[in-house]
Amino acid sequence: MKFYYYPGCTLSTKAKELDICARLSAQALGIELVEIENWQCCGAVYPLGTDVIAQKLPSIRALKTAAQANIPLVTMCSACHHVLKRVNNDAIVSKEFRDTIARFDPDLAYDGSAKVLHYFEVLRDYVGFDKIREKIVNPMTSVKIGAYYGCMLLRPSGVMAFDDAENPTIIEDFINAIGATPIKYAMRNECCGGYISLAQPEKAAKMCNNILANVQSSGAEMLITACPLCAYNVGKQSNVNIEYFTKILAQALGLEVEQNA
Amino acid sequence: MHNLNAYRPQQMEMLSGTDINKCMKCGRCSAACPSAADMDIMPHQFVSYLARGDVDSLLNSNSLWQCLSCFACVQRCPRGVMPANLIEAARLMAIRPKGQEHLTIEEASAMLEPDMPQQLIIAAFRKYL
Repeated sequence: MKFYYYPGCTLSTKAKELDICARLSAQALGIELVEIENWQCCGAVYPLGTDVIAQKLPSIRALKTAAQANIPLVTMCSACHHVLKRVNNDAIVSKEFRDTIARFDPDLAYDGSAKVLHYFEVLRDYVGFDKIREKIVNPMTSVKIGAYYGCMLLRPSGVMAFDDAENPTIIEDFINAIGATPIKYAMRNECCGGYISLAQPEKAAKMCNNILANVQSSGAEMLITACPLCAYNVGKQSNVNIEYFTKILAQALGLEVEQNA
Repeated sequence: MHNLNAYRPQQMEMLSGTDINKCMKCGRCSAACPSAADMDIMPHQFVSYLARGDVDSLLNSNSLWQCLSCFACVQRCPRGVMPANLIEAARLMAIRPKGQEHLTIEEASAMLEPDMPQQLIIAAFRKYL
């Protein structure tokens, strides 16, 4: 199983653990992740303005490379996944968008035919959670883990097509597959505050603490996330145990994860 | 001479890609919004302000800097109005004129912390300037 891999800016810097553990676990599961050449930052937020073209070009370049090779494009980061899937959707639904891109640079002309996947989707749909369960050597049997979905994996569900936006199960199913106990709590798809923590860190802290109060009353001992910004905002609060899902996967698969990765 | 300001409501609606006439004023967007309590104009009100052509109030609203683009409003709108896109259109119209960025590059840079992920910095710079 060969996939193009789009790491994104944060996985090459502050979230190296998310990246390294993804590559390690992929190897153990027979997934070939080939880092896409010359990838550029997706821009972290999907540009909502209908006249915005330039900010979508980095996504178009990666999407077109994947489409031409007919190899699915995989991301680990919630934000990259969100931006790439939505820009791809623009190319599918809007002739005006396709025409504008083609006029800007004929070499970039793109029809929206790439397949964009989050690693969770690869684990569920291409490897299979049952197959993962068979390969677990360190089941975290006694650990109660809460899935922290956040916003960007799920919404808007019409475009993201990742899981049910109000009652998702994919990360809970993943937690089951690695042998731990998933704990569902009401605020698992609520926003951590996102980029607001630059200018209003106190607001992000308040939002995260609301979520964490809900987590605590649910009995979950640990949260897992796919988003470096969720990990940062939530992780800044006190008494929190939040980890990247790939790290937990790599540990459950019995892989050596270097410290300070 | 044309009064260019007269076109601003249409400009905002075009930039948002939404159709405000679809709104049935149920208020689910504002009920779903985790930032509504901090907003002077709530998501559902953006539609009414724009329908009246009151673009000035929207461009000066603190809501533009409270919206998190979490898409809870977009997800829960039963009519596909996409309030987050409307707020984004107002935000873009507010910061695009020269010298009108919400934070200058110097102000935003002064807020950086060494442990901030690149994702946060890039997202915030996209939203504020």
